Amino acid sequence: MNKFYQIWKKFGQNFQEGGKFAKLSSFYDAFDTFLFTPDATAKRNGSHIHDGRDSKRTMILVVIALIPALLFGMFNVGYQHLLATGQLAAISELTCPLFWKAFGFGTLAVLPYLIVAYVVGLGIEFTVAQIKHEEVAEGFLVTGFIIPLIVPINTPLWQVAIAVAFAVIFAKEVFGGTGYNIFNVALITRAFLFFAYPSHMTGDEPFVRIGSTFGWDGGQLVEGYTCATPLTQLGTGTPVSQSFWDMANGLIPGSVGETCIWAILLGGLLLICTGVASWKTMLATFVGGALTAILFNRFGAESNLAAQYPWYMHLVSGGFAFGAVFMATDPVTSARTECGKWIYGFLIGLVAVLVRVLNPGYPEGMMLAILLMNAFAPLIDWCVVQVNINKRAKRVAK
Amino acid sequence: MLSQKTKDTLLGPLNANNPVVVQILGICSALAVTVQLKPALVMGIAVTIIVAMANVIVSLIRNTIPMRVRIIVQLVVVAALVTLVSEVLKAFAYDVAMQLSVYLGLIITNCILMGRLEAFAMTNKPWDSFLDGLGNGLGYAIILVIVAFVRELFGAGQLLGFQVFPQSWYDAGYENNGMMLMPAMALILVGCVIWAHRAYNDKEAK
Repeated sequence: MNKFYQIWKKFGQNFQEGGKFAKLSSFYDAFDTFLFTPDATAKRNGSHIHDGRDSKRTMILVVIALIPALLFGMFNVGYQHLLATGQLAAISELTCPLFWKAFGFGTLAVLPYLIVAYVVGLGIEFTVAQIKHEEVAEGFLVTGFIIPLIVPINTPLWQVAIAVAFAVIFAKEVFGGTGYNIFNVALITRAFLFFAYPSHMTGDEPFVRIGSTFGWDGGQLVEGYTCATPLTQLGTGTPVSQSFWDMANGLIPGSVGETCIWAILLGGLLLICTGVASWKTMLATFVGGALTAILFNRFGAESNLAAQYPWYMHLVSGGFAFGAVFMATDPVTSARTECGKWIYGFLIGLVAVLVRVLNPGYPEGMMLAILLMNAFAPLIDWCVVQVNINKRAKRVAK
Repeated sequence: MLSQKTKDTLLGPLNANNPVVVQILGICSALAVTVQLKPALVMGIAVTIIVAMANVIVSLIRNTIPMRVRIIVQLVVVAALVTLVSEVLKAFAYDVAMQLSVYLGLIITNCILMGRLEAFAMTNKPWDSFLDGLGNGLGYAIILVIVAFVRELFGAGQLLGFQVFPQSWYDAGYENNGMMLMPAMALILVGCVIWAHRAYNDKEAK
């Protein structure tokens, strides 16, 4: 490692002022800080164990936490494809070759989204950094990783590219780049797709790929097979066919990364253990959603399927868990005061369930709930701080 | 033909002192009528005529208006002109008048009008006031047309109702952008125009 470090630093001299590639110095700097910053390590002889953690390392941890959801999502895309085209009848019949076929198919289907998100997003970030003579910020690492996980698998790639460009420019760079954005950039990408090209974001077709991927393994939809997600069924007023455990296990149609609750919770556990994301926000979101759903269960009309949808089902269907664990906890756009996190999370859960139940036009409310609360997070923080100031002022006055 | 001062009065509002992108006036109607190019054009022309005429009339009677009731007098003048224009539109361009619906009548409350009457017509001669109204109306119209051009082109693939993007594009997978039809996108587009305008003018200033 030390040897590589020395070679790398020598290579870096080309990028200093007057060097061969001086104009590209921000590129070098981006990779340099990515690999070796902060380079301060604790001396062996002291008792102060100090870990140099900065935002780049934080981002990497989030990406690692997202990997279970991505891998499972890749498999599930292929698995749903096999089910829909009649090559497989049930999970119990899954053989080793079929498993690898499903995984391979899903990988081929999902990877282009990942590549498009990174190429477009990082391209814009690098360009802006060059224009403004700033360092390339690392914020897009996580955003670009989340985007493939929250879009339906049949969204055309050019639409994803436009949405990513829109989100990076208008939700992030306009506000001053990483750390200054008001709204979660990945969610703005999804919101743009949702409002600009709604035919690919709702309904039955978007969530299961039936046709071929790069010409591989095309197929016809088996008669009688339904691709509807639980929330689509709820939105159209039909009884939900999947059980609680179906949804928790995640072998159902849905956006790539959001179906398997266990994979998401695994990632969430890593985030909590490493202190990257706040457990308060996550817990408050789940509690808020559950309490609101219980209220609807108790006082909603008997005939209203959406109001009678059990609270524990709300928490595992759609993007609720994914949003609560990975999006609501975004350190930039969420509330920052400890007390504010409880309020912020609770309101996200509340609004998400409200939208699901009361507005059939939007079967999934998580995206809108988080975006709305992003806008209110600074206000929540301000109120919390003011309350604290008043309390202490009173104490002094006594 | 025109002195430097009158030139500034006429051309200033088109660029350096644009009512929409510099003074940020008249935004509400700019968001509402720019889904298609045609209503935006008609709206721009209507506002231009009304501002110019109202400016002239108010300027003519400016010395006889009692200061305490001047807003009411200005409103009466504007309301009379708006009614005239909307009746003419209903007679000769009924479809567009229906598309503009309430926003035609709401020209009365357009901030650009009251702003120009108060800030310019009340203290200037009729000819200057006419040029000022013309300039501000056209400055407003330009922004409307730019925004409506982008929105109709990408939102519906059309311009003035004619199909611009050929069917073969749609067959190849192209789709109209539904976001363009929403008022939110109009706001973002106005923001983009402001962005480009400031960037250009800052460069000029240097």
